[in-house]
Amino acid sequence: MTWSRLAPVGVFFVLIVFLAIGLTRDPSVIPTEMIDREMPSFELTELRDESVLLSNQDLVGQVTLVNVFGSWCVACLQEHPTLMDLSRDGTVKIVGVNWRDDRQDALDWLTKHGDPYDAIVFDAESDLVIEIGVTGAPETFVLDASGRIRFKQIGPITPDVWRKVIRPVIDAIEQEATSAS
Amino acid sequence: MLAEIGQIALIIALLISGLQGWMGLQGAHQNDRRAMIFADRAAIAQAVLCILAFALLAHAFMVSDFSVKLVASNSHTSKPLIYKFSGTWGNHEGSMLLWVMIMALFGAAMVWFGKTLPSGLRARAIAIQGLTTTGFLAFLIFTSNPFERLSPIPENGVGLNPLLQDPGLAIHPPFLYLGYVGFSVAFSFAVAALIEGRVDAMWARWIRPWVLLAWSFLTIGIVLGSVWAYYELGWGGWWFWDPVENVSFMPWIAGTALLHSTLVAQARGSFIRWTLLLAITTFSLSLVGTFIVRSGVLTSVHAFAVDPDRGIFILALLILATGGALTLYALRSGKIEHGASFDLESREAGLVLNNILLIVATATVFLGTFYPLVIDALTGDKITVGPPYFERTFAPIMSLLIVFMAVAPLMKWREDNWQRIRKTLIVMGAIAVLLTIAVMVFGKTTFGALGMGLAAWLLVGTFANYGRKLRIGERKSNIGNLLKRFSLLPGATHGFALAHLGLAVCTVGIVAMGVWSDEEVDRLKLGESISVAGYEFTLESVDRAQGPNFISEAGRVVIEQSGRQVAVLNPEQRMYPVERNNTTEGAMDVGALRILYAAKGEGNAEEGWVVSVYYHPLVIWIWIGALMMAVGGFASVADRRHAFARKTSPSSSAQPVAAE
Repeated sequence: MTWSRLAPVGVFFVLIVFLAIGLTRDPSVIPTEMIDREMPSFELTELRDESVLLSNQDLVGQVTLVNVFGSWCVACLQEHPTLMDLSRDGTVKIVGVNWRDDRQDALDWLTKHGDPYDAIVFDAESDLVIEIGVTGAPETFVLDASGRIRFKQIGPITPDVWRKVIRPVIDAIEQEATSAS
Repeated sequence: MLAEIGQIALIIALLISGLQGWMGLQGAHQNDRRAMIFADRAAIAQAVLCILAFALLAHAFMVSDFSVKLVASNSHTSKPLIYKFSGTWGNHEGSMLLWVMIMALFGAAMVWFGKTLPSGLRARAIAIQGLTTTGFLAFLIFTSNPFERLSPIPENGVGLNPLLQDPGLAIHPPFLYLGYVGFSVAFSFAVAALIEGRVDAMWARWIRPWVLLAWSFLTIGIVLGSVWAYYELGWGGWWFWDPVENVSFMPWIAGTALLHSTLVAQARGSFIRWTLLLAITTFSLSLVGTFIVRSGVLTSVHAFAVDPDRGIFILALLILATGGALTLYALRSGKIEHGASFDLESREAGLVLNNILLIVATATVFLGTFYPLVIDALTGDKITVGPPYFERTFAPIMSLLIVFMAVAPLMKWREDNWQRIRKTLIVMGAIAVLLTIAVMVFGKTTFGALGMGLAAWLLVGTFANYGRKLRIGERKSNIGNLLKRFSLLPGATHGFALAHLGLAVCTVGIVAMGVWSDEEVDRLKLGESISVAGYEFTLESVDRAQGPNFISEAGRVVIEQSGRQVAVLNPEQRMYPVERNNTTEGAMDVGALRILYAAKGEGNAEEGWVVSVYYHPLVIWIWIGALMMAVGGFASVADRRHAFARKTSPSSSAQPVAAE
């Protein structure tokens, strides 16, 4: 048997080895584009008071959770109790982005289920939401004190997600801040 | 109930296809006619069952039966009916069912059109086709069941990715799969031939129409994908060297090599082993493509829902099919005879060059596509290979290919000499050089000039070939006689000419796009304008409107050239509330010589809207050229000398086809 006849099957099995290794890796772990970028600038009204304008300056100064929600969003209800707990304990500043909603519907929803937010950006036209690359609600961004996006959680924050994923991220950011100063 | 019938149909098809493989191989081995006939009928029964399953799934989509999980998670009642239908294959499970159905149909076609084949070869080829289909049916049933039920039944579905709600994309996958899966026939014939240990020119003649058919469908599939990406994704390009594009392109290049090597194999009995290897490689590249797309090992804009289990399953299929075929090749190909020898100045020599260049081109794309995966496997680093790599490596290879493909068809088989075609070559060269100089002087671009020169070289060379075939310049060459001779030329000659001219047209488009295309992006308030390539784009107004299942924000952009209005475009942004997704619908003015394109992004009246505008010269030539290639392929399939089109008598099968 000559090498020329064995070569194809040899080359093929080398390829298979790489394809098999490739299966064990996840190429999509490449972080979201927005990670480590500044929050884009925006100017939108506060949900609870139309005369108040909020901008990205309102997200600077301390570690902040920016939570995208809507009264139409079923999964948002699932994470709501967790956010209420966080707010009651004053663990972290929480800013809501009320997305594609009707002002009155959103207010009714908050009255009914409780309002965990320190401020709420009313984004009915998806202006901010598209800038920050939201793919669906709920989605939550963790911003550091300088207003940079450090983490993005897709899907609801359950107590488990809070403990295992978001809390550590916030701790790391705060650690960084104390060691820097 | 209907979903369960579909499910059962698939399970029976699985059993039947397994039997088809077993009985076909056994029947051929023991020369048992009844077993072979059983395999034939199994192939047809299996095709019928797959069609039934597909029809039932399509029905579930069209009536929005949300008790079927696949429908609930990919469809919605507010969707237009046509997209409910095309939504059947707009997802992983449904598209695999389409794949399996097409594969079973090709299996049945082998039964119908293979009546004149030697019974052993035929039974074995049908058996291998059956076994390959068994693998994919098992994949479908065990990892990607399209008929899974959902309980409780949701009130409405999740919707289809708006990007996929598009006529181009509705027909893109079927064509692509007809291509990918079509190559399975050549694969089955190659494996059958290896089992037999006997291959001749007839064998090459049998597989050629199947290869041509698959290749032409794949060409159309790729064109549709390119057109879709061009107008839907709004990135201003026609090809992005994205992994998923590359994996459809690799079987195409290898398939191109295959259809040229079958030419030598059928005409001269040479290259048989090489042709076998190419037949296996081409279909294997289709399988690798499926693996890449369905397992998510490479990132891409096209990715389906990713599931590692599916990756493992396809990898196992790949090992069985390709690994098995190549092992068989290592063991058996020694028996297969070498063909006739040939001279360095001959058509064979040209086709050898063609094959070498095409395989190098395939390897280049392969390396670039898989390099990130290899690096990740070896070092854990995440990297991407960008278009510059592909452009720098692929363009020179293709240029060289074009140089030879204009000349080789003018040469005779076996032996020839340059003197005979010297005059033609001088004319071709003169025209190409003149055009190159003209473009260099007026267009001020060396790259563009060389590209246009190449295209002219190929164009003139191909027409010269027509001229020789029509015997222009000989006695009685009046129009009537020429037309008569033209109509008497075999389909393969027209096919060859169309395909080669198509590549010339395509090259002109690619070069023009590469050299002269231009774009601008700016934030425009109402009444403001940007200009590109002498065209002035003015944003006149922006309006909101309600579409059938989306909200649209459309701009009105007026284009003027030297003060004269050329076109009005309405680029849109659409928001799909159900899918909670936005798409950019660029608008374009299509002309034979250029496309003017405008896309509108985010913005408001105070700050203005982000508007991107493009000037794309000759871009549609790329697609027209590629479609000419596909039509050329179909014309060759219809060649009356193919076994496909007509039953061949024993006497005619002995003489080699004077292939074009």
